Amino acid sequence: MNDRALRIPPAAALIGAVKRFGATTALTGIDLRIEPGRITALLGPNGAGKSTSIALLLGLLEPDSGRAELFGESPLRIEVRQRLGLMLQSAALPETLRVRELLSMTSKYYPQPLALAECAATAAVTDLLPRFYGRLSGGQQRRVQFAVAICGRPELLVLDEPTVGLDITARTAVWQSVRSLAAAGCAVLLSTHHLEEAEALADHVAVIMQGRVVASGTVSEVRAHGIHRRIRCVTSVSAEDVRKWEDVRAVERRQQRLDIETVNAEAIVRRLLIADPHLAELEVLQAGLAEALAAITQEAA
Amino acid sequence: MTTLAIQRQGGGALAILLSETRMEFLRLLRAPAFSVPVITFPLLFYVLFGVVMVPHNAGEPVLRQIFANFTVFGVMAPGLFGLGVTLAIERDRGLLQLKRALPLPPSAYLGAKLLMAMSFSAIVSLLLMVVAVTVGQVVLALTQWLTLFALAVVGALPFCGLGLLIGTLVKGQAAPALINLIYLPMSFLSGVLIPLQALPHALAVAAPIWPCYHLSQLAQAAVGGTSASGVATHILALIGMASVLFGIALRRWARLR
Repeated sequence: MNDRALRIPPAAALIGAVKRFGATTALTGIDLRIEPGRITALLGPNGAGKSTSIALLLGLLEPDSGRAELFGESPLRIEVRQRLGLMLQSAALPETLRVRELLSMTSKYYPQPLALAECAATAAVTDLLPRFYGRLSGGQQRRVQFAVAICGRPELLVLDEPTVGLDITARTAVWQSVRSLAAAGCAVLLSTHHLEEAEALADHVAVIMQGRVVASGTVSEVRAHGIHRRIRCVTSVSAEDVRKWEDVRAVERRQQRLDIETVNAEAIVRRLLIADPHLAELEVLQAGLAEALAAITQEAA
Repeated sequence: MTTLAIQRQGGGALAILLSETRMEFLRLLRAPAFSVPVITFPLLFYVLFGVVMVPHNAGEPVLRQIFANFTVFGVMAPGLFGLGVTLAIERDRGLLQLKRALPLPPSAYLGAKLLMAMSFSAIVSLLLMVVAVTVGQVVLALTQWLTLFALAVVGALPFCGLGLLIGTLVKGQAAPALINLIYLPMSFLSGVLIPLQALPHALAVAAPIWPCYHLSQLAQAAVGGTSASGVATHILALIGMASVLFGIALRRWARLR
């Protein structure tokens, strides 16, 4: 670790955090760092400890041992939370308030909030300002929640499933705003079930399983876990034969099409082409985050 | 610029409290399920039982007594429903979590709810006064009107404490049911809706366990009647009850998830 990293605390950190609920241990000594200027996605199956981790960072829960810190300090301090913006999937805002009122009310919590017009424009809710929150569609409500999250010029943005219920245009718009906030130095913690979203948006990924981080790194580092690739082609070579080849992990035949998982795609392709000169529709696919995640969670379980 | 920064810091907490109060008030005023019963029920009941159905030979003191008691009835609902139901629903729908994670001082969150309830209480009290003067044949001295109004505003607080406690005990739609189960029986058993003499002896003797009994006694004293045990006793009883209710409610509130 260099001097700079030692001097500047991360925007958010869990340090050996343990959290128990009665007999069950939700977090078994978790370590997590959310750095400025970076979008970190928190991934993992339901019940893995994502929500508990976020609740510790927000000061909603306190760890039984270990620490939760925002900017190197306790999240229980209001001055520290004034540097935080958040969007919780489960939180329904008051239905009988207008969007304009919700934004101006939340802005008052922060020392240097965005101007209302700027905030509304960034979250694409300008046309919704005079409307009652309860009369908006699900997607519109998500956009308003995003506006509420960014109205205080946060240095740390915590987003829980930010684009559930959004159409593609709205989702792309939210992603764009999140990216530009991160580019301006904001730390973003993204909790999502959408691997596609994590892949599109995040720089870093932390995979949580059974209350601890089982894998973390850049998206490509995590994706490269097991570095298997997938070869697809239409061929007369039998699945049984291919299964005996070196470096082949799995083979599946779907009608004429052969689906091969391997850690050495080049060698397998060469053998395939020699074995079947009539081979067609050849594809070599990089394993996605989904495959890597499946491999990681299988190993961890 | 320094001045501006200092003003921001200094005015921050108060500005947040005022804005939270305004929004809490507005959102409930616009919610008919809350504002219609809270504002109109005391008025309707007062018109019905204090104006229309009142015996012809009822003397002026009786009219004043009925008016004072319906004021107490109207003062109870904003705190009970305004804190109890909103907190129960905010817990259910995750808004409490969001508000706690945001940099909103807990004192502003709770303070706004108290001020909201006191505002509704003030409105109900003023509307009842308008009815009392116009069709209720109630005549009071200015100081009596003012004392009753002050009592209505401050008297909302014990019921805020009870509402808050209920909001920490139950979630979501269970809250309105539970509050109605407490609100109406309590109003009858404390002599607010019917005279204590009309109750069975055992229940009448137990009336002082209800906060609205003491508020009702104070309201009687405010409109020129006599209270059962002296004004000071009733004030102390209300302060004591409010302290206990808030004490338990705040402890539970701090541990809510």
